[in-house]
Amino acid sequence: MASEIDIVPAVATRREEATGFFQGLVSKSLGWARKNSLYQYPFVTACCGMEYMSVASARYDIARFGAEVPRFSPRQADLLLVVGTVNCKQAPVLKRIYEQMAEPKWVIAFGVCASSGGFYDNYATVQGIDRLVPVDVYIPGCPPRPEQVLDGLILLQKKIQAQQHKLIDRLPAQLAAGK
Amino acid sequence: MSTHTGRAAEPTEKPPPPMGSEALDAPVDSKEMIINLGPSHPATHGTCRIVAHLDGENLRSMRVDIGYLHRGFEKSCESVTWGQCFPYTDRLNYVSATMNNVGFALAVEKLCGLQVPDRAQYLRVVVSEMHRICDHLTMVGAMGLELGAMTAFLYAIEARDHLWDRLTELCGARLTSNYVRVGGVSRDLPDGWVPKTLATLDRTAELRDVIDALLTRNRIFMDRTRGVAAVSREQALDFGYTGPCLRASGEPFDLRKAAPYLVYDRLDFDIPVGASGDNFDRYLMRIEEMKQSDRILRQCFQKMEPGDIGVRDFRYVMPPKPEVYGTIEGLMAHFKLVMEGIQVPAGEAYGYTEAANGELGFYLVSDGSGRPYKLGLRAPGWPMVASMPRVLKDALLADLVPTFDSFNMIGGEVEQ
Amino acid sequence: MSQAVAKALVERFPGVAHDAYVGPGGDDVVFVKKEGIAEVCRFLKEDPALRFNLAPYITAVDYLGQDPRFEVVYNCTSTARGHRVRLRVKVPESDLQVPTVTGVWSGADWFERYCFDMYGIRFPGHPDHRRLFMYDEFVGHPLRKDYPLRGRQPLTPERDVPDLYRGPGPETRD
Repeated sequence: MASEIDIVPAVATRREEATGFFQGLVSKSLGWARKNSLYQYPFVTACCGMEYMSVASARYDIARFGAEVPRFSPRQADLLLVVGTVNCKQAPVLKRIYEQMAEPKWVIAFGVCASSGGFYDNYATVQGIDRLVPVDVYIPGCPPRPEQVLDGLILLQKKIQAQQHKLIDRLPAQLAAGK
Repeated sequence: MSTHTGRAAEPTEKPPPPMGSEALDAPVDSKEMIINLGPSHPATHGTCRIVAHLDGENLRSMRVDIGYLHRGFEKSCESVTWGQCFPYTDRLNYVSATMNNVGFALAVEKLCGLQVPDRAQYLRVVVSEMHRICDHLTMVGAMGLELGAMTAFLYAIEARDHLWDRLTELCGARLTSNYVRVGGVSRDLPDGWVPKTLATLDRTAELRDVIDALLTRNRIFMDRTRGVAAVSREQALDFGYTGPCLRASGEPFDLRKAAPYLVYDRLDFDIPVGASGDNFDRYLMRIEEMKQSDRILRQCFQKMEPGDIGVRDFRYVMPPKPEVYGTIEGLMAHFKLVMEGIQVPAGEAYGYTEAANGELGFYLVSDGSGRPYKLGLRAPGWPMVASMPRVLKDALLADLVPTFDSFNMIGGEVEQ
Repeated sequence: MSQAVAKALVERFPGVAHDAYVGPGGDDVVFVKKEGIAEVCRFLKEDPALRFNLAPYITAVDYLGQDPRFEVVYNCTSTARGHRVRLRVKVPESDLQVPTVTGVWSGADWFERYCFDMYGIRFPGHPDHRRLFMYDEFVGHPLRKDYPLRGRQPLTPERDVPDLYRGPGPETRD
C-alpha cells in the first residue's frame, strides 16, 4: 500500500488500536509475508545501477532479505526501486510503470538523484521522484554504499510490518469516490 | 474455420485448410510488427529506447532513441568552477570513473600548460587501469548475464567489488571517486596499499580466468556471438568507432601507443587487435585488455618513486592544510581557488585519452575566468550506438542484446 | 605538431580555409568558411597524404555577444597517418545552417543532431534531422547561453510536494 493512502493518525485513538485479535494476527502475518518476499522492479537508469548490481550479487546479498527476484514486468512486481536519475523525458515512463503495478506496492528512491535530483539542478532533471510518485523510503548517497541500501531495505521492511494488512483490501472511501 | 460450428459453408468463405504434412510446413502469413524495447529495460544498459521493425524474428530496421538519461552535464559544468567539474565527470562513464577524471584533468592542463609530477602521473595511470579492469569486468559479466550465463556475472561483480575495496581505501568512494585534480591527484597512497592491491590483482586474475574458462570456449556463447554483427575495418572507421570496438575490427589504433600521455611511453604492454569485428571478437578484446592492464599495473608499482602528488603552484593546486592555516599566502590561495576557481587562460583545447570504451575527448573553451565557457564531451560510446541500426540490419532479434552489450554503451557518457 | 595539414588546407582552398594557427598544447587549427566545409572534409578524407579516415568529433560553441555568434568545431583524426586537425566554422545567427558532412563520414550524423538539439544549428542534407537528447515538446535549445540553467519544461504534471528547500507551493518553485 502506497504512502498516499496510508493514513497514520497523529494520536492513535482507541478505535485504531481496537482492531481485534484476529485482525491483528492476520495483519502481522501478512506483513511478515509481504516484507520477506518483495519482488523488485529495478528501474535502473544511471550510476546507482552499478551499486544495485553489487547489492544483488553474492557479497552484499539482497537475497537474504527475500528481495532477490527482479521482475522486469511491473505487473509482477511490488517494489519499485527507482535507481538513478530520472529526467523530464523519463518522467512519463516512470509514472506509467508505477501505475501499472498492482496494490500493494512500495517505492524506494535509491540514490540522491531519485530522492531529490542530486546535484543535477538543471533543465533536464526531475528534482526527486516524489514529484511523480509517492515514495516510501529514500536512500541517499551518490551512489549509496550497498550496506546503506540494505539499511534502507530493512527500514522498508519495518514499515511494511507496521502497516495494516487485510485479507481483502478495499480502497478507502475518499479515494474510491474521488478517482 | 467456421465448419466446426456445423453451419453450411458459405460460398465466400475460404475452404478448410488441408491436413497433409506439407501444409504444416507451408509458410504462414506473417505481418510485420513494430515493437518497442522501452527506456526501462533490463538489457538496455542505462536507458535507451529501441523501436524495432520486425518481420518474424528478423529486424528489418530499427531506430535508437536516446535522451532518457540526459542530465545536462555540459550546462551544469558551465555554471561551476573548473575544480567542481570533477564530480560531474565521474558520473559520465560511471563504471570507470577515474578515467573520466583523468581525461578532463589532462585537457585542462593542456590549456594551462601544466606539467604534472611523475608520481602523480603514475598514480593516475594506476587508478585508470584499475577502473579499466572494472569496466571490462562489468561488460563481460553483463554480456554473460544477458546470454543466460549468470554465474559469469557473479564472478565479475565479485572481482569488481575487490577492486573497489582498494579504490575506496585510496579515493574514498567505490564508484564515483573524484580522485584526480588539476595539477595532480588529491591524496597519496595509504600505507600497505600496494601489497594489498597486488593480492587483489592476483584474485582478480583468478576470477578473470574462471570467467574466460566459462565463456570463451563455451559452445552456446560462441554460437550466439561468432559472426554476429560483424563490422569491417573501413566501416568501423567510417562510423567513428574507437577503442576496443575499433581494434576488434582490425585497426590497431590505441591512443596509449599512438599519442602517449601520462607515463604510458615508459610502460611495456601490448595492444590486442581483432580480426573480424563481431561480438565474439569484441568480447575477447576485453579479456585480453584486462590481462594487459594487469601487466601495466604491476609495472607501475615497481617503477613508482616517492615524490610530489601535485604541481607546487598555488594558482592551480590547493596548498596543504598546515600552510592554509599558517601562512597568509596559503589562506589567500585556498580562498581564491575555492571561491573563484582555477584561472585557466583563455583559449580552446581538445584533450583526448584512451578510456575503457574508446577515445574520450574533452573540448574545452575558456574565457579566462574560473568557470568553463564550454565543455564539450566526445563520448566514446556514441558512434557505436549510432551505428547500431546499420550494423544490425536484417539480424535476428536475439542478436540485438549481445550486440548492444558488446558495444558497451554506458548511459552516463552517451547521454551526458 | 607540424603544421603540414593546416598548410595543405590553406594552400588547396585559399578563400575557404584561412587563418591557420597553433593552439595551446600544439593543436593545429584552421578556420573554414561554412559554405566549403563539405568539400574540405572530403579532401581531408580522400587525399592520400592526409587520410582523415576516422569520423570527427563535431561540437558547437555559443559565443554570445560576438558576431558571428555560433561556431561549429570539427576535431578530425587520422588513424592512418596519426595526425589531427581542428576546423572551426563560424555560423552567424542570421543564417544558422551548415552543410552536412554525413556524406563523407556516416558517423558524423549524431554529432550534427547534437548541434541541432543543443544550439539550433541546422544541417541541410542530414538523413535524420531531429532532436537527439531532448523530447520533441521541448521549446528552445538548452546549451545556448541565453537559455536558463534551470529552465525545466516538465512533460508530466508534477505532484505538489512540500519542499523544505524552496518553500511551499508550485508558484515559488523552479
